[in-house]
Amino acid sequence: MKHNIKFRVNGDDYSLAVEPWRTLNEMLREDLNLTGTKLGCGTGDCGACTVLVDGKAVSSCLTLAVSVDGKSVMTVEGLAESGEKLHPIQESFIKTGAIQCGFCTSGMEMAAYNLLSVNPSPTEQEIRKELAGHLCRCTGYNQIVEAISVAAEEMKNLRPEEEKS
Amino acid sequence: MRLPRFEYFAPKSLPEALTLLEEKTDGVHVMAGGTDMMVKMSHGRLTPKTIVNIKEIPDLRYIRFSPDKGLEIGSTALLSDVLKDSYINAYYPALIQAVQTMANTEVRNMATLAGNLCNAAPSADSAPPLMVMGAQISLLSAKGERRLPLMDFFKGPGITVKAPTEIMTAIHVPSPQSNSGASYKRISARCGVDIAAVGSGAWVKIEANKFTGARIVLGAVAPVPLRAVETEAALIGAPFHDETVINAARIASNEAKPISDVRATAHYRKRMVEVMTKRAIFEACERSHARQS
Repeated sequence: MKHNIKFRVNGDDYSLAVEPWRTLNEMLREDLNLTGTKLGCGTGDCGACTVLVDGKAVSSCLTLAVSVDGKSVMTVEGLAESGEKLHPIQESFIKTGAIQCGFCTSGMEMAAYNLLSVNPSPTEQEIRKELAGHLCRCTGYNQIVEAISVAAEEMKNLRPEEEKS
Repeated sequence: MRLPRFEYFAPKSLPEALTLLEEKTDGVHVMAGGTDMMVKMSHGRLTPKTIVNIKEIPDLRYIRFSPDKGLEIGSTALLSDVLKDSYINAYYPALIQAVQTMANTEVRNMATLAGNLCNAAPSADSAPPLMVMGAQISLLSAKGERRLPLMDFFKGPGITVKAPTEIMTAIHVPSPQSNSGASYKRISARCGVDIAAVGSGAWVKIEANKFTGARIVLGAVAPVPLRAVETEAALIGAPFHDETVINAARIASNEAKPISDVRATAHYRKRMVEVMTKRAIFEACERSHARQS
């Protein structure tokens, strides 16, 4: 039996009838056509499917679609708010050469967004620790770590003067 | 990789959840974080007919501490909630040691401590530290509540004394005693995001330079988290010095009953039990000295 659920994705409200055995990953990719979120391992080990639910990074492959009823989801498509100008995290991934095949990128960027929202100036060690649950098969980890450091700096510069300390 | 079909309920209150569990007795499973269940289901190792998601019950997500009652962790408190809690960081460092090695940020934002226990993996990282610290658990069904030591909870890989109609509502850990300390040490092929090949939890109490209390629990070396009773016996009453600890760790290695699998050989596990147990006891001793009365 399908369940009627209401939820928000990247600021847009949705109302959908979903089967309880549908994962959030399947719903995002197949029902909403938001294919920026990838499916890697399907077991919560690789981080490629990372999205934010009510502001917290989770694995969309391990989340039931029905369980986001009443909740707010953010995917990589929500990073560039206007849909045109990229987020500083995305810009820095391009600038530092952190994107190779790109399959891990959206998960990495969501993890970076999650990290920088709680820790705006992470050390290299803190970034590496946070990315421990994200696999890049092209193994371009150094550039990804660098991209997140660069993004942290950029985002600090973008904040209004009075917020800087 | 698609999930099998099931009926789904997300009750908003405990009474509602308990009624559902009584009505849907056939193939009903309680789900909290779901991070273990979802993997088992997508691999065809678990085919529940009905899932009762307890995460929407607001009064189950809490962590409370008071010096007289100790620590109480509600069953939908997340692993990330545990890591952030100032009381647990101050008074239960062995639990922090276990939880910070578990999974990754995303999974710790979904998974619960109670779920790690109910999943009953022999390698469950949270089990050894909680067991050595004397944790108890509350199981609630429509027929009433029972509270039992975590030591009596596990029956085999994935098997516990919890009935399908019961919900684990809380984990209770006593207040730390003076002159006592606990530690958890584990080893795995990778430093993080990996299942433990061996884990060792130790709790000791040292008074007048003698071990007056000891509890040792080994993870991933038996069908359930294993209480090393002979190791404990070698410590209790013995003088506090290095030889006592080194000897006890050797006994722990003999007590372990590991198998060989993808993560490690039985031989390697036995050797590592000795190393991990030695380190855990020594650290527990240091912590007991820091908490001298």
